[in-house]
Amino acid sequence: MKEVQYQYHPDHLQNSEPLKYSAENLNRGEMIINMGPQHPSTHGVLRLEIVTDGEIVREVVPHLGYLHRCFEKHAESMPYNQVIPFVDRMDYMAAMNNEHAYAMGVERMLGIEGDIPKRIEYIRVLVAELNRIASHFVAIGTYGLDIGAMTPFFWVMRDREHLMRLLEWTCGARMLYNYIWVGGLFYDLPVGFEEKCTEFINYLKPKLDNLQDLLISNQIFIDRTANIGVLPMDLAINYGVTGPMLRASGLKYDLRRVDGYSVYPELDFDIPIGTGEVGTTGDCWDRTWVRMQECRESVKIIEQCLKQLKGDHKRTRDFDPRAVVPKKIRPKAQDFYVRAENPKGELGFFFRADGRSDQPFRCKARACSFVNLSVLPELSRNVMISDLVAIVGSLDLVMGEVDR
Amino acid sequence: MTPQALKSLLEAEISELVLTEREQSTPVAFVVPVDRLKEVMIFLHQDSRCYFDMLSCLTGVDLGKEANQMEVIYHLNSIPKGMSIAVVVQLERENPVVVTVSDIWRTADWHERETYDLLGIRFEGHPDLRRILLPNDWEGHPLRKDYKEQEYYHGMKVEY
Repeated sequence: MKEVQYQYHPDHLQNSEPLKYSAENLNRGEMIINMGPQHPSTHGVLRLEIVTDGEIVREVVPHLGYLHRCFEKHAESMPYNQVIPFVDRMDYMAAMNNEHAYAMGVERMLGIEGDIPKRIEYIRVLVAELNRIASHFVAIGTYGLDIGAMTPFFWVMRDREHLMRLLEWTCGARMLYNYIWVGGLFYDLPVGFEEKCTEFINYLKPKLDNLQDLLISNQIFIDRTANIGVLPMDLAINYGVTGPMLRASGLKYDLRRVDGYSVYPELDFDIPIGTGEVGTTGDCWDRTWVRMQECRESVKIIEQCLKQLKGDHKRTRDFDPRAVVPKKIRPKAQDFYVRAENPKGELGFFFRADGRSDQPFRCKARACSFVNLSVLPELSRNVMISDLVAIVGSLDLVMGEVDR
Repeated sequence: MTPQALKSLLEAEISELVLTEREQSTPVAFVVPVDRLKEVMIFLHQDSRCYFDMLSCLTGVDLGKEANQMEVIYHLNSIPKGMSIAVVVQLERENPVVVTVSDIWRTADWHERETYDLLGIRFEGHPDLRRILLPNDWEGHPLRKDYKEQEYYHGMKVEY
């Protein structure tokens, strides 16, 4: 006789996730609607408690935590290099970028940042940018799906499949890679990767133009997204919003340029910003458009990386991607905050090392989606319910990162 | 502006303020007395010479039973000046209370809720201090060093 796992009680949900609003503090004619956690437009498991007056949304209260794994507690109980698989599972759409940020932070703490061979850095940037394109593809495709455009989703998923196969070829996994290690890489690139990647880039360029024609400049899409969810620049900065959302509000701020980490200073790319071409600066259309343009910039970066990997930093027979991987990771006692540009914004890691163990005393991830979501109640006052779906989609949330 | 210049600026502008610079910290960290935090933060946010307009990260750290201390670390970032600093406040472990900064940077609202949720640090004057990641009836604060998870939660075994 197996014991019952869960004892159902009608009060459980009210005790664990109580609603913020109740019948007492509603005005006449208002009602509470729960959107999510199963609603497809909430990108995973986000519950929105909406106070509506007919079709108008008066107030939005996000409830999160459905995917909370307490990554920070896990990180305190294992060595630095074993945290990387957990870092992958935070923003599972762009795991390479997470790993890149994390590995960079630990390397800087150890002071071995300068010993990393250039080839490794170029490979890191290459895979991170490939993953950035994949992440933006999911963002744009699912955003179209939220609003009701089916075809772009299939198109970007088809192209993302090629990206996934390229990344699978490098490290054997399709989503959670564990490829970038502290002090190096798991493997060198497979033989012939550069040629295949060049082929793919040449295939991708016209596809990006197609996507732009099909979705971004589509009149129906513009009607649904222009002038919706306008985020002014000062509000965005005050809310700590970063990444494509901040750039769509008209600020040219990209950590790849500002901090200039890894080999980004040697690469030539532009930073697209929202201009309010079809509506107001900082609306949903601008956010999608910025993501679209970032895909093009990433293609540029990948081309330059491939040129370097075929030229100055060619594959040699004696090249060991794990040459500088430290045997024992034991940083000096220090506080360290590292930040990097993820597809969704500024991903920060805070480390507190005590100097005695090879485990972080405290490891905190500053997740970009978490902060970007906090601006949602501000954006969605007095909008229509169908526009709320458009606004939530334009934030490009990945709940694995919001809840960590 | 160098961190030293910033430190002397703060000490000149705010009367009777004693800042200590934290060794071994990236970016440079200043330890601020708990009761003066609000003044310092308002100055850092408003003054045209500093203008830290973005709060990147807010971290709570539990230093364990022996030290009997908790810390809250604010990572500030100035976009126009391109500076980053960290501000640290130290709290007692029994009753960790610190004044909120969510009226200066709105982003601190959720960060503080998360810190309250996982470490039990209370923020005075916070508009809506509820748990954010864990359910409301969860017992304890997981990131404390002496955390023991509860045995059963709604009839489910917590230990796997």
